[in-house]
Amino acid sequence: MRFQLTEEQRALQAAVRGVVGRRSSARSSWLVAPRGGAADVYNPAPLQGAAAQPGDSQFRLDRALWRALGDLGFFSLRLPEADGGAGLGLPEAVLAFEEAGRALVPGPLLATHLAAGEVEGAATGETVVAAADGRLVEWMEEADVVRPGAEGAVPMNSVDPLTPLHRVPAPAVPDPLGILLTAAEQLGTAARACELAVQHARTREQFGQPIGAFQAVKHLCAQMLVRTEVARAAVYAAAVTADRVDIAAARLLADEAAERGARDCLQVHGGMGFTWECEVHLLLKRARVRAQRGGGVTESEELLAADLVT
Amino acid sequence: MDLSYTSEEEEFRARLREWLGKVLPTLPPKPSPDDWPARRAHDLGWQRMLYDAGYADVHWDASPTTRLIFLEETEKAGAPYVGANFVGLLHAGPTIAAEGTPEQRARWLPPILRGEEVWCQGFSEPDAGSDLAALRTRARRDGDDYVVSGSKIWTSHAEVADWCELLVRTDPGAPKHRGITWLAMPMNAPGITVRPLRTLAGSAEFAEVFLDDVRVPVTNRVGDEDDGWRVTMVTLSFERGTAFVGEVVACRRVLGELAAEARRNGRWDDSALRRRLGRLNAEFRALWRLTQWNVSEAEASGGVPGVGGSVFKLSYSHARQELYDAAAEVLGPDSLDLGRPWMLDRLSALSYTIAAGTSQIQRNIVAERILGLPKGR
Ligand SMILES: Cc1cc2nc3c(=O)[nH]c(=O)nc-3n(C[C@H](O)[C@H](O)[C@H](O)COP(=O)(O)OP(=O)(O)OC[C@H]3O[C@@H](n4cnc5c(N)ncnc54)[C@H](O)[C@@H]3O)c2cc1C
Repeated sequence: MRFQLTEEQRALQAAVRGVVGRRSSARSSWLVAPRGGAADVYNPAPLQGAAAQPGDSQFRLDRALWRALGDLGFFSLRLPEADGGAGLGLPEAVLAFEEAGRALVPGPLLATHLAAGEVEGAATGETVVAAADGRLVEWMEEADVVRPGAEGAVPMNSVDPLTPLHRVPAPAVPDPLGILLTAAEQLGTAARACELAVQHARTREQFGQPIGAFQAVKHLCAQMLVRTEVARAAVYAAAVTADRVDIAAARLLADEAAERGARDCLQVHGGMGFTWECEVHLLLKRARVRAQRGGGVTESEELLAADLVT
Repeated sequence: MDLSYTSEEEEFRARLREWLGKVLPTLPPKPSPDDWPARRAHDLGWQRMLYDAGYADVHWDASPTTRLIFLEETEKAGAPYVGANFVGLLHAGPTIAAEGTPEQRARWLPPILRGEEVWCQGFSEPDAGSDLAALRTRARRDGDDYVVSGSKIWTSHAEVADWCELLVRTDPGAPKHRGITWLAMPMNAPGITVRPLRTLAGSAEFAEVFLDDVRVPVTNRVGDEDDGWRVTMVTLSFERGTAFVGEVVACRRVLGELAAEARRNGRWDDSALRRRLGRLNAEFRALWRLTQWNVSEAEASGGVPGVGGSVFKLSYSHARQELYDAAAEVLGPDSLDLGRPWMLDRLSALSYTIAAGTSQIQRNIVAERILGLPKGR
């Protein structure tokens, strides 16, 4: 048993982090650009507008990033080498999605990844694919292809300014693979929330010392790490076994680590955490969007309960 | 990332399983929790059987993965746990192996492995618990002996122990962490009084130990005089290592039993309860994976498990309490009957967030040593 990352897996992790990290450095860009504006220039005003106006796609997807991810093999990772893929497995895909989740890369990453090999151009990042998951479609209007089609889709006023949402009448059957990769994204977001909180706790001073010296703050941070590390073990293991029950477990823990982590991170940031001035709210909102994928938590809980009596 | 075992490890598992299948039916029934002499005999008898079969030193000499398999299989088969042997096998033994002289190793290690001597841990004092280095029990040199006075508290298994890993203050003038020494104290020495304390779960699991001019030979000192804090850190790193592996396996079994009971008594129809058990299933599966991760890491670094143990302990100790709270929900009013399964365990589970470092202390460790947050004043 060697339940640790291999050298190759670490290298892949670093490569993905390099690409998505460079493009989301500081708060300069959330990897999308306001319509008509330049990518990589952060301007909170359209973000706020996007949140206020239902269904108005103020954001276009950063196509250059999509192709960069394509070049990196993000979408084709699991395709056989004969089909132009890297021939890698689920654990590698999970590591890549974790990094995307950490950087809050916007766009229908999951749908495009799952379409690689099935939809022309998805593997290389030429084609942007959106898909119905449960009753929702993310990034429908920016996509070149929507699977399996989105009859009767109605735009929503999405809670996450960086994830335009449509609601569809007929629920799509969740794909366990999608649930696992979503859990990996949640894991990345949970880890990011912990990092941000710790960074802030070290530098922000009150009462003449860094707030991180106060135990109440310290303990919030410690619990963020604990939840993240437990979720990490579950997500990585599910990637190795690809077992449905393992995936359901990974999902529950990763959802909780991301959502609770973002809330605790907000608490550590105080008033500033409640604004658009820092990244925290975006972590929280994205975590909530992802928690609705794959049929919501009830199904996962019931699956895990059923596992106890079989 | 690989969760499969080598063929050698699988062979070890198969051999162990076969042996357990043969010997467990021959074991006498578990004695009552109140009958300490019987418990001691039972636990030592089991250790002797392990010794004769070549499994005695699995905690010391085997690879972390082999130890994981050992704990997993023994728990699955319902074999006795280390019990009264806990401190000797998992604290004092490894500490002496790492820090003791050849004479000390020869004197103390074989009897632990053969199941002949029981150890207890005399660290905590009435005024030094979380703040362990605040301990005040004094030892002054008198010829070839230390003369020890003071008192210890919460000393598990003190009533039936032969030896005590004892922390004493040898230099009261030195800074708090410096003047401490680690001694092996024979529990039959004159001047020792043991006063059993009844735990909330009913049995006299631990005791207060009064030390009145107890003479301990200087040759029983492990490590240098006044260097006991460093030795203590070695001991504690063993304590938080793989100590809970078997228990995670046990919790997963209990969860299955709870579901079966809920199906039998009709509570399973309550979807809120079902989902709660489903969530616990997710948690204990994840804790098992985290255990595998930690063991794998220990194996890769070839050493003692690091602060990762605190992350595990924090999560596990709370999950264990939730598990038995869920058991109470399955049982309904019957949960007030201590004769029902799980309900004594529900009480015992309350100690897990206190013993071996409280959750608050563990969170401080995680925040300061892993996350690098500043120390509080
Ligand atoms: C079942 C059981 C078996 C035990 N067996 C042994 C044994 O064999 N040998 C042995 O030596 N000891 C043993 N102990 C003792 C155990 O290690 C201590 O109980 C534990 O370390 C806590 O110390 P305390 O009881 O003095 O509580 P205190 O230190 O008085 O703590 C009381 C409360 O204050 C909190 N607190 C204290 N300091 C801080 C801080 N810095 N920050 C935040 N909160 C703080 C604690 O978290 C706790 O909530 C055992 C305990 C139990 C429950």
